[in-house]
Formats: sequence, structure tokens, C-alpha cells
Amino acid sequence: MRNAFAKVLTELAKQDSRLLLYYADIGNRLFNPLKEFAADRAINAGIAEANMASMAAGSAMMGHKPFIYTITPFTTARNFEQIKIDIAYQNQPVIIVGTGSGLSYANLGPTHHSFEDIALMRSLPNMNIVCPADADELEILMPQLIALNKPCYFRIGKKNEPQVHPSRPELKFGKAHVMHQGEQIAIIATGTIMPLGQALYGKLAECGLSPELVSLHTVKPLDKEYLNGCMSRFKHVITLEEHNVNGGMGSAVLEYFNDQNHQIAVHRFGIPDHFIDQVHSPDDAREKAGLTLDAISKSLTERGVL
Amino acid sequence: MKYTETASQIRHTLCDVSSKTKTPHLGSCLSCVDILVALYWEIMNIDPKAPTMPDRDYFLLGKGHAASALYTTLAYRGYFSIESLYQHGQTNSQFEEHPGIHAPAGVETVSGSLGHALSLAAGMALSTRLSGKENRFFTLLGDGELNEGTIWEAAMFAGGKKLSNLVAIVDFNKLQGTGESCEIMHLEPLEDKWSAFGWHTIRVDGHDIAALISALAEAGKHDKPTCIIADTVKGKGISFMENDNNWHYRIPKAEEVEKAKQELSV
Repeated sequence: MRNAFAKVLTELAKQDSRLLLYYADIGNRLFNPLKEFAADRAINAGIAEANMASMAAGSAMMGHKPFIYTITPFTTARNFEQIKIDIAYQNQPVIIVGTGSGLSYANLGPTHHSFEDIALMRSLPNMNIVCPADADELEILMPQLIALNKPCYFRIGKKNEPQVHPSRPELKFGKAHVMHQGEQIAIIATGTIMPLGQALYGKLAECGLSPELVSLHTVKPLDKEYLNGCMSRFKHVITLEEHNVNGGMGSAVLEYFNDQNHQIAVHRFGIPDHFIDQVHSPDDAREKAGLTLDAISKSLTERGVL
Repeated sequence: MKYTETASQIRHTLCDVSSKTKTPHLGSCLSCVDILVALYWEIMNIDPKAPTMPDRDYFLLGKGHAASALYTTLAYRGYFSIESLYQHGQTNSQFEEHPGIHAPAGVETVSGSLGHALSLAAGMALSTRLSGKENRFFTLLGDGELNEGTIWEAAMFAGGKKLSNLVAIVDFNKLQGTGESCEIMHLEPLEDKWSAFGWHTIRVDGHDIAALISALAEAGKHDKPTCIIADTVKGKGISFMENDNNWHYRIPKAEEVEKAKQELSV
């Protein structure tokens, strides 16, 4: 997905001289095509992410539309206070890109995992959050984020994420994308966990249920229209994300239903509230986190859903 | 010096506003008045009647707790009325104890959390250079603020990128919130530090307005950012406040304001 990000950024930067990239000394050759025609707009900010976030806000104040880019924990948690004050409070159109989100860098340990980033960004007024499921979603949504001209958090993967849409989908910022319509139970997934959502969809259908599968790429603002529909259409909603079950997309959905005073069973699946370590691959880590089809199916059976 | 009287009037108003609105940080405000006077009366390309003119120079306050010093300077320079300063810290006021997004024209950024302004200004300076424009960016940092790691991240970046349109002024009053700055952290040798980070560095008496003007005039004349280390006195101008760190938080009583007024001869 990071290749798609670099590609789209390069294309868009050719058309819009206001686009600017700050990156914290990562990417190696990733941004070479951008540097070839706009070396001065691909700025290595050094391994100094807090300064990078504030500088991007300063650039935005002078009319640029900056991106800040590095591995997710360093572009969201390490510099959180700079994002809060200089980007969110001052409402500057900086796009914060977290690459290798969730468990993408599983083998590098908890320093490189990000299970708290959505929770952090969701707590900031003015912030918008988009988590594309694959390179197609990234390519379609990225120009929309630029056009939004507001603070955005763009939570992307690393590389070789499976393509989840059979053909290029029509996606709109802020609107849930229904991949398969169903009548009994909704599976709402966000980001690169979508292949597991698809597997779960298959499993529920196999069990004779009529599931609905949704890519909720925009976590903030929530698509209230879609969620309102869920309240009348479903008794159960399953949320799926590679993020702590506390504070992420599932929590946002649960809070929304609660605030409408509507009783609906929300089954949240994500990273349990503990650190994941001693793993050698994302799949290994997902196993430890209980983010597998078997573990989720077992849990849904215990809850009486299956 | 023709601006001495202006600086004294600003100092008196600072005391009066602090007393009447019950807002603190007087000592921190008094130490940077002469720096602000030099900037706003002599150095910066600004127009109080056109506060957002595109080719203006920018001032970014790093030590946001000295907001009253900035507001008062702007009022005396003609951005808004002196009476409006008495809204300081009141409900729904533009003049918040730390400048917020509702601050009046002339205040370029929010402040209050230390260690932001230099980074913001570095981004602004870089973008301005990319756009081929000539605005300059002046930041005022407290010596306590230099404890923040982001200051040195920004200093390294600006030095590396040779941002000659960027100026950092250190209000080196030797006292931070709870003690002596040079005891709490190893600050000195400060000139050597900024020079080592790639800055053109000048040390100056931060209460000698003529010397400040002459130092600040060097901004942009070198192929690197400029740092002015201004040796100042916390509580400057009022004998019973000078170097007494209680005035970081204390609010003056009416009779203390009167005494200050006499000392300042305004």
C-alpha cells in the first residue's frame, strides 16, 4: 500500500504545487519518483517526528498542503501533542500518514505496532480518519482527503496487501461501502483486516445466515446514515479492526448506537487489551491476538450468534 | 533611547492588567518587553492597520505564558485598544491567558505548550522559501522552554536547511517556573550550542533596545538561521519583582501597581 501512496502522491504533486511531503527518514527509494521532479517538496525531516508534525502545520499556514509520513506509532503517538495543538486545534490541512499500521510490522515488536492510533486520533476535535483496506481504496480516497482540506489521519498498510475488491469500487469519503448486501447481520471492517472480514462473511453465509459486509474506511466522521440503517435492519453487528478493541472503530460504532439509545448487539473484534510480542510474522501475531477465522467463529458461537 | 518610555508604559500596563484581571506570569512578561519593542517598532515589516498583509514578517511566541506581553505590545503598537487588554483571561475573551485560535489579529499562532513555536516557524520559513517569498519569522523562546526536546529538533533542522529567514530569540532571564534555569538543566554554554547546531549566534543585553535592534538587524544577512541570546532579568523594571521568582505566579496588589508606576516614572 505504501507503493500506491508514493505513486498517487507523485501523480497528484505534478498537478498541485501545494502538495508537500515531510518524511521521517524512512522510505529509502520509495519517494525517488517524487524527488525526480520536485526534490524540494520531498523533505526528509530527520528522525524527529514531533518537530515534523509542527513544521507541517507551519507549512500549511503558509498555503502548502503537507503530508507527514512515517511508521504509524511515530507519526501518531510520539508526536501526539503536536498533532493536537498545531494540526487539530489550529485546524490545519495536514494529512498524517501512518504506514505499516496495526500488525504490519508484527515481527518488530510492540515499538512498531499501532493498536492505539485510532483511539488517539478519534479523541481529537477537527480530525478525520480514513483507513483504506487495500491499494484501490487508498488510490480512490487519497485525492478526496486532499480536497477535504482539513486535518486527516490516513492509516495505511505496508506492502502486498491483498486486493479486496473484484473491480475498482466507488468510494466516497465519509460513506460506508457495502461490499455484499445482507439481511441478518452486518460485518463492519476497517483497514487491512478486510480479508479476514471476507472470510468471516463466507463462513456466516455457509452457516445459512444472510450477512452484510461493509468497508468502513472512514472511521471519523462516522457514516451515521449507514449506522441508522443498521439499527432497523440488524440485531447483531460485528466490528473488525487491527486495533485495540478499546477505543477504535468498534468502540465508535458501539458508542454511536448507545447514544441513539438503541439496543443492538455489537461484537467487537480487534487486538485484546494486551501487548503482542515474541512473534515472527503478522499471521503469527494475529493468531496470538485471536484475530483468525477460527477464533472469531468460536467466539461468535459462544455468544449464540452462530 | 526613544523607546524607553514606550517600554515603561507597557510594563506598567502589564502590572495593572495582571492586578485587575488576576492573571499571573508577570515576571515572565516583564523580561521580554524590550525585545518585543525592538521587534515591533524597528525590525519587523508589519502594519497594525493591515495585520494579515501577505508580505509581513511573522512573530511567534514560544513562551505562551507571556501572552500578556505580546497583547500589550500589540495594543501599544496600534493593533487594538489598550482598554481591550482588560478582557485578559475573562469569559469569551479573545485575550486568553494562553493565546488560542480566537486571539486578535496580530497573534500568529496559538501558544501555551512550550516547544512548538520554533518548529512551526521552521515549517513556515521553509514553505516561504519554497514559494520564493521573503517573509521572515521571529520566535521568542523562554530559557525554560529550551528544556523541550523539540527546540533542538527544530534547531538541527533549521541549521541543516540553512533557513536564513528564521530567527530565534532566547529570553534568557535565568529563572524558570520553579528555580534557576542553569541549575535545573545544563543550558550553558548557550552560544556554543546554537552555533554548533548551525546558527549565526549573537549574545546581547536583552534590555538594551539599541543593542537588540542592531543584533536583530543581522537576521537574514547570513546563510543560516540567526539566534539572539538576550540576557534578561525576570521581573525587569520593578525593583521588588526583579529576580524574585515568586512573580512567576504572584498577582500584584493595587498598591504594588502604584509603586511600580512610580518606579517606571509613567
